[in-house]
Amino acid sequence: MRWLDRLGLAVATLWLALGAANADTTVKWLHIEANPAQVKIWEEVARSYEAAHPGTRIEMQFLENEAYKAKLPTILQSKDRPNIIYSWAGGVLKSQIEAGVLEDITDQIKGYSDSLTPAALAAFSRDGRIYGLPTALSQVGFLYNKELMAKAKVDAAGIKTWDDLLAAVKTLKAAGVTPIVAGGADKWPLHFYWTHLAVRIGGKAAFDAALRGENGGFAGETFQKSGELFKQLVDLQPFQNGFLGFKNPQAVGYFGDGKAAMTLAISTVYHLQRALAADKKGLAEDQIGWFDFPMVPGGKGEPSDTLGGITGWLVTKGSPKETVDFLKFFVSKDVQTRLAAGNFIIPVVKGADAGLNNAFMKQIAANLSKSRYHQNFYDQSLGPSVGRVVNDVTAEIAGGSMAPKDAAEAIEAAWKQGN
Amino acid sequence: MRRRADSLAPLTAVQPQPAWPAALRGLLADNRLAVLVLFLPPALLLFTLFVVLPIGEAAWYSGFNWNGFGRPTNWIGFDNYRFVLQTRAFWLALRNNGLIIVVSLLIQLPLALALALMLAERFRGAVALRMLFFLPYILAEIATGLIFSFVYDGDYGLVASIWRLFGAETPHLLASTDTAMLAVLIVIVWKYFGFHMMLFIAALQGMDRSLIEAARVDGATRAQLLRHVVIPWLYPTIRLSVFFAIVGSLQLFDLVMPLTRGGPADSSNTLVSFLYNNGISRMRVGYGSAVGVILFVICVSFAFTYQRWFLRDE
Repeated sequence: MRWLDRLGLAVATLWLALGAANADTTVKWLHIEANPAQVKIWEEVARSYEAAHPGTRIEMQFLENEAYKAKLPTILQSKDRPNIIYSWAGGVLKSQIEAGVLEDITDQIKGYSDSLTPAALAAFSRDGRIYGLPTALSQVGFLYNKELMAKAKVDAAGIKTWDDLLAAVKTLKAAGVTPIVAGGADKWPLHFYWTHLAVRIGGKAAFDAALRGENGGFAGETFQKSGELFKQLVDLQPFQNGFLGFKNPQAVGYFGDGKAAMTLAISTVYHLQRALAADKKGLAEDQIGWFDFPMVPGGKGEPSDTLGGITGWLVTKGSPKETVDFLKFFVSKDVQTRLAAGNFIIPVVKGADAGLNNAFMKQIAANLSKSRYHQNFYDQSLGPSVGRVVNDVTAEIAGGSMAPKDAAEAIEAAWKQGN
Repeated sequence: MRRRADSLAPLTAVQPQPAWPAALRGLLADNRLAVLVLFLPPALLLFTLFVVLPIGEAAWYSGFNWNGFGRPTNWIGFDNYRFVLQTRAFWLALRNNGLIIVVSLLIQLPLALALALMLAERFRGAVALRMLFFLPYILAEIATGLIFSFVYDGDYGLVASIWRLFGAETPHLLASTDTAMLAVLIVIVWKYFGFHMMLFIAALQGMDRSLIEAARVDGATRAQLLRHVVIPWLYPTIRLSVFFAIVGSLQLFDLVMPLTRGGPADSSNTLVSFLYNNGISRMRVGYGSAVGVILFVICVSFAFTYQRWFLRDE
């Protein structure tokens, strides 16, 4: 046992000595990216930054998505907290700002911030101050399997309204094709239906009014109707067997295996399905199509309105100034172009979308730049607590255990309870 | 130690001294004080630091609307408890804990007892069978949960294959609110019956054979032997087993998470997974603390009551 202690001591000493010799400043960067191909590029960017800035070390740490969310509050209390953390903006960001654990980086990024898409930057601002940098955008919409749609003789391009979608589901079912695959166990893939319906029915005005508690808040007409329309779809039993037991990666793999005609998903699934398919190949690019979430007749939302994510990086309080400097380097036109060229992200730096080299990603980028109302995921924008209630109740509507009206009221009740 | 104290007792008794200095002198005389002073503080300190303080903190936090960032400032009194009691999922979780206890007592323990009675005998393969039945208990909970999530998988799982053999439509046991808890219960019984079986076997092996022989000589039938000799001998172990089963059910968490994460629609949450899903992962530290306090009260009142009523002799 003793030699083990000594070995440990020796390693620790060596490590300390190396650390002291190598770097005057260490920037700790905590991320949740699980795609090794993308992390590899990040690593390269970090190494090239270190090469250009002797004395600075970029240390990358990884936590899995759910684990990250659970541990973050504790991590941020620590003196040894990471300097750069991942964020989906929204309500969680708001509570972090209020708790004073983030650095106000407004002055440090003056001038540079003009290179970013204003809407994306706005997601990381509050009262005119900026607390982080956006890094990628995404859109939620329907991906479909061209072969299966053709088999059932459904014209995907013709699905413009909610009723068109319901009709398509019926036709697919009649043809013996599983219409839609959804990762119901994770719940949030189901909340896309409810929230995107709300975006279509009420538009930005309804969401803002609900936040202010007007028109009955989230128990109001718009949100009840979202539930009712979602229920119309659920009643057709459009999902794969046992969808409430499928986690999202399983569902994405199911789509990649060509077992279901459609999936309502984040645009990144276009690539992700390949990695998660049983044969690791998935559907070829020309086998996948995309249509925007259908419109609801009489709805107040614009066809160009989008639902999706705005993700980025936050700087924690007391971080060395190199942190922001590195972030500026990381969210630069060069790096963003490179990530866009790999089709990992829809970039947020102006001009970096020139790197996008595939028709699908270009279309998503065009949709997002056209959009005047980009709704962040509800489960992020409403904060960790209310957001999860949205996920809960939509999963319950999908499972048939909750009425649309009760669902809307449950969200409003959670909103009133606060955090 | 005990004997020495006893031998000292008459000595101290003759001197007309107040009770506690006598006790103190007794302590001093046989160095028990030194033992106390040396060995009690570390344990007491650790216990206070990691058990008493966190319990106190949880009780304190449960009065706040707090997301875990910064210091709690928004005092809301007992509102968190009200919110908890208003949550349907909480009652579902409580019901599930009850279900686990019922199944443990009515199915798991009798099963363990029956197997123990069979395997406590000496015959070829008894040891191997004991090992086999004990094996699930050794397996880590998370691993068990993962394995069974594959077994239950409606497309590729073992259950699905068996169903297919009979040409039936394959069920997705973990995906339905009707069957998810049932599936979890099956895993619980499978995993823990071996543990209780081992407890019973140990007790049976410590049994005085002459008791059985005496009963046989008196002409007791096998059933009578079981009913009047063996089972009464096992009473202390059964009481212990029941205690373990109930406390274990109240703490159950790591088996549920990989299987269902409490879903679908909260139908398979236990109190602890409910605490995690609705408190911690939603950053509602106050709310979660309230659930923790409720769970603590349930556990403590159960443990003390049980200790008083059933474990008094031990």
